[in-house]
Amino acid sequence: MADIIIDRVQKTFAAFHALKDVSLTIGDGEFVSLLGPSGCGKTTLLRIIAGLETATAGDVRIGGKTVIGLAPKDRGLAMVFQNYAVFPHMTVYENVAFGLRMQKADDARVKAQVERTAGLLHIEEYLDRYPNRLSGGQRQRVAVARALAVEPKVLLMDEPLSNLDALLRLEMRTELKTVLQSAGTTTIYVTHDQTEAMGLSDRIAVMHYGVIEQVGTPVEVYNHPRTRFVGGFIGSPPMNFIRLPVIAGEVEAGGQKLAVPAGATGEILLGLRGEAVERVSTADGLPMHVRVAEPMGSHLLLTGSIRDQLVRIVLPASETVRGGDTIGLKLDRDRLTWLSPDSGKAYPATP
Amino acid sequence: MSAASATPANFPSSRRWLVWSGIAALCAWVLVPIYLVALGALGGRQGVYQWPKTGLPTGISIEPFLLFLRSEGVTQSFLNSLGAAGITVVLSIALGAPAGYALARYSFVGKDSYRLLVLLTRAFPLAILALPLTVSFIRLGLYDTVYGVGLIHTVLALPFAALVTQGIFLGVPRELEEAAWIFGCSRVQAFFKVVVPLAMPGIVATAVFAFVISWNEVFAASVLTVRNRTLTAYLLTVLSESPMHFRFAGGLLLILPSVVFIFAVRRYLFAIWGISSK
Repeated sequence: MADIIIDRVQKTFAAFHALKDVSLTIGDGEFVSLLGPSGCGKTTLLRIIAGLETATAGDVRIGGKTVIGLAPKDRGLAMVFQNYAVFPHMTVYENVAFGLRMQKADDARVKAQVERTAGLLHIEEYLDRYPNRLSGGQRQRVAVARALAVEPKVLLMDEPLSNLDALLRLEMRTELKTVLQSAGTTTIYVTHDQTEAMGLSDRIAVMHYGVIEQVGTPVEVYNHPRTRFVGGFIGSPPMNFIRLPVIAGEVEAGGQKLAVPAGATGEILLGLRGEAVERVSTADGLPMHVRVAEPMGSHLLLTGSIRDQLVRIVLPASETVRGGDTIGLKLDRDRLTWLSPDSGKAYPATP
Repeated sequence: MSAASATPANFPSSRRWLVWSGIAALCAWVLVPIYLVALGALGGRQGVYQWPKTGLPTGISIEPFLLFLRSEGVTQSFLNSLGAAGITVVLSIALGAPAGYALARYSFVGKDSYRLLVLLTRAFPLAILALPLTVSFIRLGLYDTVYGVGLIHTVLALPFAALVTQGIFLGVPRELEEAAWIFGCSRVQAFFKVVVPLAMPGIVATAVFAFVISWNEVFAASVLTVRNRTLTAYLLTVLSESPMHFRFAGGLLLILPSVVFIFAVRRYLFAIWGISSK
């Protein structure tokens, strides 16, 4: 068990700044996701922590000690790779035992650990097999078992579920959460899939162009995005952004007068979650022109425009709306985000 | 299932017939010449000149072949050949595989020109180099030794060893190596515990190739030796004056070690693990 402090880490590849001054503190036993689109630097950051890549500047401390300059094997961590990286020339048993064998653990301990972790991940039946006779999901279980068998202080996961098909991914996600909760290992999880990050993490660090845009619990990040990018990246459908004119510290939204944060003048960007609305009569609410209505079973997804700006709105499945309709929406005052249209940054939440 | 039942009933059998006839043809392609050479070598003087040939192994005995083996210089040159080939295999793997690994895994200044330079060693015909080589070998005390021949054969085999192993190491996913580093291996340990076992089929194929290059090479071996001849160089000088069945015996002796060597390492020639993490 150990905490991790990432202190102003930079990484440049030739002229390309992969990481610009990234700082992040991860508590002991915490599960933190690095979330962002491809090329945002999340994998690079993970590889710097692992020691597979060297930082151009900055410090990484694990359990209070700097690991800069240490070989990966001396950092007390384990890793699960995107392509599983199970050794094809070893049986599942030897794969899981690999880290312990390298630590020169005695056979009894190896056996006990392999059986324990194999049990956790339900791969006991395959221990004698070679990985080429396993499916992708089974290989990923082996990779996770191999990582857990060494009882690492820190567990790093690099998009471990992205090679699995959708159904398997959901199943493995639940299982990972169960296993990792009981293990209590400090975990850093890299993913571009926001549902994975939301479902698994204690906290999420959203990355974009080599910068951490926001760190927070899934609920914080979802409800109070600090930048336009975070709001747009997290959530399905993504957050809607509507430009509204500010008149005397307020905006007018279809009969509703909404106070905006102090200092906002001219125009303001309203960040609106698709479900933070209520349907009211057209006369009483903010009018929305519905272009397409998609009944999703659990809810009704509407795509259309408010004040000629594209929005996606979620209504309860019981509502009936058809393409071409105009409906009225009442906004949930407590769940709105106000952003500056120029910088894309959110104003501090109004008290 | 439905597709299989729709095809004519005799389709699988004709397909199998095709496969087996192909296998038979390929086997015959390799085995018939060896068989005829062996027949000539073991048939003795009468067997060689017998006409019409029956093609059947009648009247053969190991005697003529043993007689050939016992004749002056044959055994020694055979051992010389083995020695030179052994040196070639060991050196070209020991030097070529690390070079191939460096080419596969690292990017360094002058990588492309290095790769070209490696190939350029084969650009100069040995015939041009023969005289200066002989002179310097005499100076270095390598002239007329098995080591000298082994060294020259290494030069011939090394470019291929480096370039072929580069391709092999490229085929070993980097992630596997990184996983080994994470789970407690130093770079050297990871190389021997993970990369080498996975690259083994390719490394063995390279070894076979180096062996064959050395075993078959005759020009350098003839130029650089006088008394310590390799088998090819020895046979070249002797066989033209030998009776027919001696020539066949020489041919058989040239074929046998390659066959035995490849047979011994055949297990490693096939990618038993099927490198694939996909």
